[in-house]
Amino acid sequence: MLFAAAALIPLGYVMLAAFDMGWAQFAELVFRPRVGELLTNTVLLVLLGVPFTVILGVGGAWLVERTDLPARRVFAVLLVVPLTIPAFVASYGWASAIPSIHGLGGGLLVATLAYYPLVYLPALATLRGLDPALEESARSLGMNGWRVFIRVVLPQLRLAMLGGGLVVALHLLAEYGAFAFLRFETFTTAIVVAYQATFAGPNAAALGVVLAGLCFVVLVIEAAARGRLRYARVGSGTPHPASRVALGRATPFVVAALVVLVGAAAAVPLTNVARWLFATDAADWQPLLGATWQTVLLSVAGALAAIVVALPIAWISARYPGRTARALEGTYYVASSLPAIIVALALVTFTLRVIPVMYQTVATVVAAYVLIFLPRALVSVRAGIAQIPENLEEVARSLGVSPLVAKGRVTMPLLVPSLAAGAALVALGAANELTATLLLAPTGTRTVATGFWAAASAIEYAAAAPYALTLVLLSVPAVVLMFAQVKARRSG
Amino acid sequence: MTLQLSDVSKSFGATTVLEAVGFEVERGTRLAIVGASGSGKSTLLRIIAGFEEPTTGSVGLEGRRLADSTTNVGAHRRGIGYVAQDGALFPHLTVRGNIAFGLRRSPSREKRVHEVMELTSLDPELLERYPHQLSGGQQQRVALARALAPAPTVILLDEPFSALDTGLRAHTREAMVAALERSGVTTILVTHDQEEALSFGHQLAVISGGRLVQAGPPSEVFDAPLSAEVAEFLGAALFLPARTTGSGQAVCAFGELDVRHDLSNGGQAVRAMLRPSQLHVGGPTGEGDARVTAARQNGSTVELDLSLHDGFALTHRVPLYDGHRFPAGCAVSVRVDGGVVLYAAAATSDRAGTR
Repeated sequence: MLFAAAALIPLGYVMLAAFDMGWAQFAELVFRPRVGELLTNTVLLVLLGVPFTVILGVGGAWLVERTDLPARRVFAVLLVVPLTIPAFVASYGWASAIPSIHGLGGGLLVATLAYYPLVYLPALATLRGLDPALEESARSLGMNGWRVFIRVVLPQLRLAMLGGGLVVALHLLAEYGAFAFLRFETFTTAIVVAYQATFAGPNAAALGVVLAGLCFVVLVIEAAARGRLRYARVGSGTPHPASRVALGRATPFVVAALVVLVGAAAAVPLTNVARWLFATDAADWQPLLGATWQTVLLSVAGALAAIVVALPIAWISARYPGRTARALEGTYYVASSLPAIIVALALVTFTLRVIPVMYQTVATVVAAYVLIFLPRALVSVRAGIAQIPENLEEVARSLGVSPLVAKGRVTMPLLVPSLAAGAALVALGAANELTATLLLAPTGTRTVATGFWAAASAIEYAAAAPYALTLVLLSVPAVVLMFAQVKARRSG
Repeated sequence: MTLQLSDVSKSFGATTVLEAVGFEVERGTRLAIVGASGSGKSTLLRIIAGFEEPTTGSVGLEGRRLADSTTNVGAHRRGIGYVAQDGALFPHLTVRGNIAFGLRRSPSREKRVHEVMELTSLDPELLERYPHQLSGGQQQRVALARALAPAPTVILLDEPFSALDTGLRAHTREAMVAALERSGVTTILVTHDQEEALSFGHQLAVISGGRLVQAGPPSEVFDAPLSAEVAEFLGAALFLPARTTGSGQAVCAFGELDVRHDLSNGGQAVRAMLRPSQLHVGGPTGEGDARVTAARQNGSTVELDLSLHDGFALTHRVPLYDGHRFPAGCAVSVRVDGGVVLYAAAATSDRAGTR
């Protein structure tokens, strides 16, 4: 309950901020051309960015999973590679390659290429788990490959598309670094600018309230679109691979399109990181070790704290499902859907007003990481607990072992892989976190992300390159882990 | 007296799962509790194990109160072993680790592990294997060995054979019954399988709708089921409208038959129950007792649709190779061995399938 209350700090901040300033001041700060411009940019970004990522993600997943695309196993991996490149590093790659790239067009290009794997992965997982007999039945009813995709496959992908689309929308709303590079102003970039100018003043707070409102709108739209939609495989059937649609004459065009996509999403940023790496000198590499060490310490602390918080919630959710469990879990998911900038502003305000000694301390940064990345730990730990049969503990008790010892001797050893996976996902997310770290880290702290940002925003591209490389390398394990989980889903 | 249950009831919210169940189990005996899915038998076992608290009633073991309105001894303090449906072996431990789980660290621990391995006819070579490296039958025997290792007063078996293939099931059951026999431990088995229940124990209890409807030695329960429902649940049964003659006999479509048990509570119009194994269909004869209206080969048996003289119809199976052919339309003789059990009359179908 204490953890649930802590999770409500960012939400509470948004409400208090709106309440504190009163309607008159809020209206004055919000109803002005500048905010209208930010709103237009942000809404356009989401309205265009989400469909683009859904088309690329679902299209890519269908091509590698349901067609006779040549080298589809290679493409299956290549299509997920952009996820290893943080959006702000990709943006740095593009901005350093084409300095004129900017605005909505640039923002859309970079964000779409950076985030389409967030739809691709769940779509791939769904396609792999889809009963091929459904498609075979549709074919036997006279439908061609394209109609089978539209009328049978696509409806089953709806949950994956909605889920992936929601994650992309929340990322678009929360992203700071990628758009700041491209001089494309959104609410998040404007809040950081306002914070830097006037600290946690009313302007930043008012923009924060609108941004949080946008997040809720996105959540409500997704929930309404999802409704009570559930798809489950009916009957066990015999698992067998799905038959593939022949691409025929379209093959070379499809292959070329995928090469262009992977090239733009992965090769452009990576080759530019490599290009700048060649321009580095020893001085550029010197601060990297210290930054990496601080990153490791902060992200490991964040991961451990997230696991400690996630464990009881996941336990209640998996073992005692009910309204309380759903409300508790829902609180975390809603709180975690708020952009990092809001979490950071909330923690700045909360620490200064309630516990000033905590302001700009490692503990506050760790708390921010927990609030931002908790769902990663929750999903992993809850799935792990759900997989452990409850009767193992009962049997242990029947053998004379107390309930607590039974948990320690039976459940915890079995849960270790899930705890490790959850901790790894949180640690790797925290290692790449920029916005909250910029606002909350103690003076003098330099993580890989903030080090990269300091160099890149000063247009010292060569100095930023070692950090960029490290950020990519830090992302690889998390992406491999996610991809492995998807691949583990058997067809059938 | 080892185990005593008195007026045990259990409700989950508004749903009553068990209602005033009471019985006693003598030390060293084996009791099989049989019931359909959802009858409350597993809940009953979980209450005895200490995984659930009874809503009302009490559970006692060797004179010690385990659960009542004021007491609930934890499962780990009851000295009652439990074997789950799927064995529930700890997947991160070897066979040795599983069996030794409930034993204190002492020099005699390894000796005890080997003792129960031998008791359950498990090959010592399996000791270092993990559960996923064992067959289903081996897993269940390891689960039994693990439960036996701390020498519990009572062992509870929760449908331990139901997840096994048919062939393996009988073999594993025999091996486990032999191990339990050798160990002399008091055992309670719950199952939905009538054959398993009838062959398992010294005592049989039938549970239905959360109530204990009959208990006693298996042959007695099978022979004289207290209700038509129990009779049908324990195996194929044939019910015929009948009337009593008042001289220990009943007249039905098969003629005048001896009454084994009269549970009809008086009255002339009754229902007579007999088991298919009591029926003997002879070869085609001139007049006969019944006419074959259809005959279907079904593996090693022939399924005959028979019409008795008074219009009563039934389906009965006879062995394929008993020297007779039964063309449709032929008349056959029907002999009934043993008597019938009488129940109060109720609406019955005029056609019944027997096996």
